[in-house]
Amino acid sequence: MEHCRVSLKRGNAPGGTAARPPFHLSRGFAPPTGTAGFSARSVPLARLSRRSSRPEIEAHIMAEPLIELRAVTKRFPGMKALDGVDFRIFPEEIVCLAGENGSGKSTLIKIVSGIYDFDEGELLIDGKPVTAFGPRDAIASGIQVIYQDFSLFPSLTVAENLALNRLLSESRTFVDPEHRRRLGAEALARLDVEIDLDATVGRLSTADRQIVAIARALMSDTRLLIMDEPTTALTGREVDRLFAIVREIQAKGIAVLFVSHKMREMLEISERITVFRNGRKVEEGPTAEFNEARITRAMTGHDIGHERHVWAGDDDATPRLSVRGLNVGDSVRNIDLDLHRGEIVGLSGLLGSGRTELAMALFGMEPHDGDIRLDGMPLRLSSVQDAVAAGIAYVPEDRLSEGLFMQQSIARNVIASAIGRATRGPFLDQGRLMQLARDIVSDMRIATPDVDKLAGQLSGGNQQRVVIGRWLLTGPKVLILNGPTVGVDVGSKAEIHRRIRDLAAGTGLAVLMISDDVPELIQNCNRILLMHRGEIIDRLDAASVEEDDIHGRLKGLR
Amino acid sequence: MTALAKLLRRSETAVLAILIVVMIVIGVINPAFWQADNLFNLLRANVVIGIMALSVLTVMISGGIDVSFPAFAVAAMYLTVIAMNAWGYQGVVLPFIGATLIGLVCGLANAVFIHTFRMIPLIVTLGSASVVRGLLLGLVGTSIINIDRMPPSLIAFGSSTVDVGGSKLSLMIFIYLGIAVLMWLFLTRTMAGRGVFAYGDDAESAKRVGFNTRRTVYLVYGLAGALAGFAGLLHASMIWLANPRDFVGYELDVIAAVVLGGASIFGGRGSVFGTILGVFMLTLIKNSLIIMRVDNTWQGVVVGCVIVIATALTAWRDRKALV
Repeated sequence: MEHCRVSLKRGNAPGGTAARPPFHLSRGFAPPTGTAGFSARSVPLARLSRRSSRPEIEAHIMAEPLIELRAVTKRFPGMKALDGVDFRIFPEEIVCLAGENGSGKSTLIKIVSGIYDFDEGELLIDGKPVTAFGPRDAIASGIQVIYQDFSLFPSLTVAENLALNRLLSESRTFVDPEHRRRLGAEALARLDVEIDLDATVGRLSTADRQIVAIARALMSDTRLLIMDEPTTALTGREVDRLFAIVREIQAKGIAVLFVSHKMREMLEISERITVFRNGRKVEEGPTAEFNEARITRAMTGHDIGHERHVWAGDDDATPRLSVRGLNVGDSVRNIDLDLHRGEIVGLSGLLGSGRTELAMALFGMEPHDGDIRLDGMPLRLSSVQDAVAAGIAYVPEDRLSEGLFMQQSIARNVIASAIGRATRGPFLDQGRLMQLARDIVSDMRIATPDVDKLAGQLSGGNQQRVVIGRWLLTGPKVLILNGPTVGVDVGSKAEIHRRIRDLAAGTGLAVLMISDDVPELIQNCNRILLMHRGEIIDRLDAASVEEDDIHGRLKGLR
Repeated sequence: MTALAKLLRRSETAVLAILIVVMIVIGVINPAFWQADNLFNLLRANVVIGIMALSVLTVMISGGIDVSFPAFAVAAMYLTVIAMNAWGYQGVVLPFIGATLIGLVCGLANAVFIHTFRMIPLIVTLGSASVVRGLLLGLVGTSIINIDRMPPSLIAFGSSTVDVGGSKLSLMIFIYLGIAVLMWLFLTRTMAGRGVFAYGDDAESAKRVGFNTRRTVYLVYGLAGALAGFAGLLHASMIWLANPRDFVGYELDVIAAVVLGGASIFGGRGSVFGTILGVFMLTLIKNSLIIMRVDNTWQGVVVGCVIVIATALTAWRDRKALV
């Protein structure tokens, strides 16, 4: 009986001393109501009958909500970020918050974690209205947020990163390294993971850093863990490990609020899904009632078609790009690869499979040996300039650090790789530059009033369009996309996909699409290659392969 | 990973190894190097620059930089000596407290600009250094206070020694080491000290975790100023004169020593032990250049090279760590 366990813990919770065991659920709030420790007073009956399809959900719904927002409105100059939103989280449930960028989900997180104040409505913690709710109050109520950047200290050790919160909350003056190490070890043991406590966090993988962040958040008496886009930088296997940890956290009596773009993951992990659009809650219900199409429709307000890429080319024609016996150091071995005109070829594999190195070699950024031909002509790719001159374009994985000049205008970003097209003699032709930039903005449907806006002010999806648009100006023959829609929301993603498919079909561009997102590969590619330990281990026909099959193959790799 | 491997990966180990090699080489070229008198002299030369290096170390760990400490040191030194002469005061403790407080006030002024106005530490400290030096020379005076007018109590204090095997070891070295131990305890064993590391590593995260970052900034720059003021007066009592144009070019030497000791100019990393080694290495190099009769002007070239090479090495190490 799920709710009984909760009520027991709550009933036993002492007042709030340092000796308290780590996972107590109570910290100075109302004593349990009744013997079972929950109250159904504040839950509308209609909701009970409509939503409760599974027994465990029923238990959650009957308990008193941990947090409740009643008709909360938050205004920013010129817009309503949240518009009369009702939202509640019950103890021990996993809730997913879905919505496109700007839909209000980040605003909601910030209100719940005490960073933003709201203009109208009520915020209730354990059924009691609270006012002047700041970050410290949120932490004291057991609410912890794991931000996308994890807020860790890369130069400090794992143990210290873990222990800092606790030491600070106890207002310590002095630090005992042994005590610190013990706190760190406890925190990791609680999640049942092993990470070197003396390693500096900067040396850990992203996945391990995330686990450190989670372990740190659970150091205090956490009752609600909020995770903002937790799977963005993880590979499939790491996502599985994260989910196992999240379930363990739940088993310890902690509620988890997930914010995610990725529908497959939402459906896998959550028990309840809430969808936001334009600051309003548009859908809410048990996960069992949702599928990808329904979430997409709720997020975007319309259906997004799932047309696939059909390639009607000729296998025997001279390939656009032909690679034979390519080696890149130790990371890529003996790769044979053909890309035909109009083909979109997917490339996936675990992190470290050599897929990024392969892409970098084809873009002249990694020393390599082997035979590379473009339209049958041998190529030497010893620098990026060689690759660009040959007509190869590369859109990197991390557009923030590798692809965009955030502090420069869209126009300048777009023209960066094709400055030669906007010059008159040694000088830039401003008029021509602006015209080219405007063409690309309309061609890529970049949502911006003008091309002078800074690239850093655009949304993720629009930034990605700027990067792709820039390469279109160079008239590429081969386009290599590394994680083309990482961190891009659904609507924008579909638009980018459509644009890439149109380009391939219309201009004979050959595309190599590297991605962890299996549905993305299936939808856009005519062939999919899987890499492992530097070699291509599978060549699949996208038309006849199922998503689960690829997931299965990726998970089977070691 | 074994304890030995961890030890080998520490930057202090590398500095120590290089230091030992350099000392052996110098000893071979000039056997007089190993004489106690020479070594004690070398240690004595570590004291003032070492205390200043500890102040800069704290600032650098916090992700900032301080080029104002020579100006603060000279102001604290000169004002204190002038005040002592004006009042005919003969003592040691009070003047040092006074010099430290003058440095503290100057350092806190830096902190106000850096924290309240979110200004870049380099610009703030460049400016405050220029202002303080200018005010000192313009309002207080430009004449050097020579040994004949230096307070005898300071001279006596600065030249106190202890006899070790027939050679005289300056007691000032123990003051330096004492301060170093206190700084080590502060940086590694207090929450405020860990806050300096956290702030230098990621200021935004430090705030989110719950550090009082305002207090950290004031603490770091206040402490840096205080140490500079103290070191300034110590310098005067060790060389028996107070020159209001002293400490020119110390910024470079001290920052070089701290970087040499493995501190990161980007913040978050650095250690007291490494800094002590860095200071020793730098004074050793400069000392050897003098013994080898290398012209004074060329010393700047050497120190500049040391900064660039040491920084390049740490950058290279960091990049390797990321791959």
